[in-house]
Amino acid sequence: MSTTHSSADAEAAARLISFGMRPKLLPGRDVVYGELVRRYAEDSAFKKLTNAVAAGLGLMVLEVSAQAGAVLAATDESIFEIKMDSYARQSKIRERRDTEKVLHGLIHLATAALGYPRPDDLANDTYIGRVSVEQVDGVVREACRILDERAASAEHNSDPLADAPELEQAWRAYARRPAAAATKDGRLASDTTRGMVARALRFLAEQGFLVPVSAEQGGTYRTTPRYQVQVRELAADAAFDELLSLGVVSVADGAGTLRATSSDTL
Amino acid sequence: MAPLVFGAVRGDEVSPDPDEGLARRLKALACTAPLHDLDARKAKLDWADATVYQMAEIALHTIDQVTIAMDFDTGADHEQVVNRLLPFIAAQAPGRGIAEHTRVARWVLDNLINVGTTDRGFRRVYGSVGPDGTYRRRAFDFKLLVELAAPSGEVYLRATDEAINVLVGALDTDVESAQIAAEVKLENLISRGRLADAKLAAEQARYRTVQYGETLRAKLDATRRDVRSVDWEREVPELLDSALAHIESRFRAETAILKNITAARDEAEDPDHKRRAAELVEIVAECIRRHTQLQSRLQAAGAVFRAEQDRQQFSGPPQRAAIDLFGQLLTPALELPLADAVAPTRAFFHAATGITVPTVPSLPSLVSLLLRPAPEREQVVGEIPEPELMPADETDSYTNEQWRQADHLLDLPEVPRRLSGLLAEARDTDPGLARLVALRALHAYGPEVGGAVRQGERHVLLAFDDGTPLDDAEFGGADLLLTTAVLDTGAGGTDTDAEEVA
Repeated sequence: MSTTHSSADAEAAARLISFGMRPKLLPGRDVVYGELVRRYAEDSAFKKLTNAVAAGLGLMVLEVSAQAGAVLAATDESIFEIKMDSYARQSKIRERRDTEKVLHGLIHLATAALGYPRPDDLANDTYIGRVSVEQVDGVVREACRILDERAASAEHNSDPLADAPELEQAWRAYARRPAAAATKDGRLASDTTRGMVARALRFLAEQGFLVPVSAEQGGTYRTTPRYQVQVRELAADAAFDELLSLGVVSVADGAGTLRATSSDTL
Repeated sequence: MAPLVFGAVRGDEVSPDPDEGLARRLKALACTAPLHDLDARKAKLDWADATVYQMAEIALHTIDQVTIAMDFDTGADHEQVVNRLLPFIAAQAPGRGIAEHTRVARWVLDNLINVGTTDRGFRRVYGSVGPDGTYRRRAFDFKLLVELAAPSGEVYLRATDEAINVLVGALDTDVESAQIAAEVKLENLISRGRLADAKLAAEQARYRTVQYGETLRAKLDATRRDVRSVDWEREVPELLDSALAHIESRFRAETAILKNITAARDEAEDPDHKRRAAELVEIVAECIRRHTQLQSRLQAAGAVFRAEQDRQQFSGPPQRAAIDLFGQLLTPALELPLADAVAPTRAFFHAATGITVPTVPSLPSLVSLLLRPAPEREQVVGEIPEPELMPADETDSYTNEQWRQADHLLDLPEVPRRLSGLLAEARDTDPGLARLVALRALHAYGPEVGGAVRQGERHVLLAFDDGTPLDDAEFGGADLLLTTAVLDTGAGGTDTDAEEVA
């Protein structure tokens, strides 16, 4: 079956994609946007056309819904892709660049893990998570502490080798990095983990994935449906595939593994 | 036969792995290195003669101050620590100003944090022999003082476990056994009448109760959010049991103490003794009040669980399978070596940060952008004074020819000569040359032989004052004896020294 599209259809499809490029714009706030979202859901020919236009631009349509709007993702080597190299470029040259990149990536991963603590939360379209700078840093540090305890109780010595820094486990690099450090003008130093988390959350807020709620706990944000779609439909799978290819497989049940932890320090 | 077997078993128990013990001692040793390093480097500080300060002492005192200021939530901030250090530093060098004392305090504090490195910590390399018998070098990372952010956003200091171990020695004791020890100690103290220590022991028992309460609160909060996130099958019942057991034993102990101390208080003759007993009665009463509080919360815990279970079972079942971000992504990624972790974290980052819209300037706007005049700086920072540049002064006071002549005059390999004779000879050649010769002779008085050796010089000019005054129209001072010494660079020293010249 062949469908013919008019140039007006093509314009409408391209317009829907251009709406998707403005992450803070929501279908509920714009009549034209809302109409296009509705048409995408009902008209399968229009849906195909939109997906094709997006593909031609180097984009993927992850989801189009009234809550999230048109959620787009960049394909590999697309001009819309956000490069980790440009995000992490503020790292000093003498530092190993990989370490810096891994730390930034872990922080984004932890932000999503805290925003959607259970698999159900990620699956549930109405779930809205809350994250804060303090909590994100706390979640990773707690995970590091558990891994540290596990390493300490292990039979063999697992301290990193001095002559092979790239074999050092990622959690050690995170745990070693200070959480906060005072600068001369009293601001939070940007190369500390809290500084990096604060930057990640601000960045995600600019991308329309988080909405600032208050300045408590170093900055508190709530998640948006857009972020949920992005993490659920693409990011989690992408990272999981990479882990699978490394042979790191773990199976979980529906309850999730993020737990409230007790402090052992008196 | 029997004693031999016994001895062998005993030996195994004492040292299961000598290598592990070695690594542990090396690590303990490494923790003291930053303190020794302070004393080693103090002579090189250019802003003060810091050799009078005992830096390691100041560092230990700093760790003390930070440790004392640590309470449950926050520690001391930088300013407080520096202020508390000042009297101690001032006692070491009373003659120096407060500005220098402050600077020493800051220097020690910064070095204990290790400001200037990205990780703000220390790293020591130590060796260990692996199970296959190969020697591997491993890195031991540690910190002494760490900076943490308080809820208010301020940065405060805490001492790390390593620092506390360096400071006090072995604190590697089990909290549970310390608790039992504290109880035994308490009874002994009471029977011997040492009430100040008894007070401390009672306070320690109270911390344990507070800790149980805090753990329970966290579990109940998590239960209210999601019943499934807390293990009510084993973990929480175990917690409740151990907390109840703790309360039971404390009730028994403290009621007995309260009875004894109250009697001691009423019977005591010494007013100071009486006052301290009264204080202890208050603390023990407070402990009992806390235990009661914890007990009522323990009793209510089950009800909270059941109520939340009823409430939450109405929330729907999972709609679709999704990944457990924490357990399936974050934790495995943290466990990977850095080199392997790059790919998964990058994949997540690319996919989770969305898209960026590249900014492409249109040609008309690019042209106008390029043609736009530079912003007037005066509007931003006020008028910038135009500096008046003067031609630089001639710095070469002496010509190359004069230097060459001076070199020739001062080349005295065999016999030392008087400065007066050299000056007279120099005046004969060139009146200006005498001044250069005098200056160089003065410079040669107390020459830096070590510096000359480092720079690879073959000869060094030496001057010596034997007390003869200089009789000269232009210059005053001593009539120096001058000679050229050959440097024996091979042996790293000189074969001539000032005494021989004299």
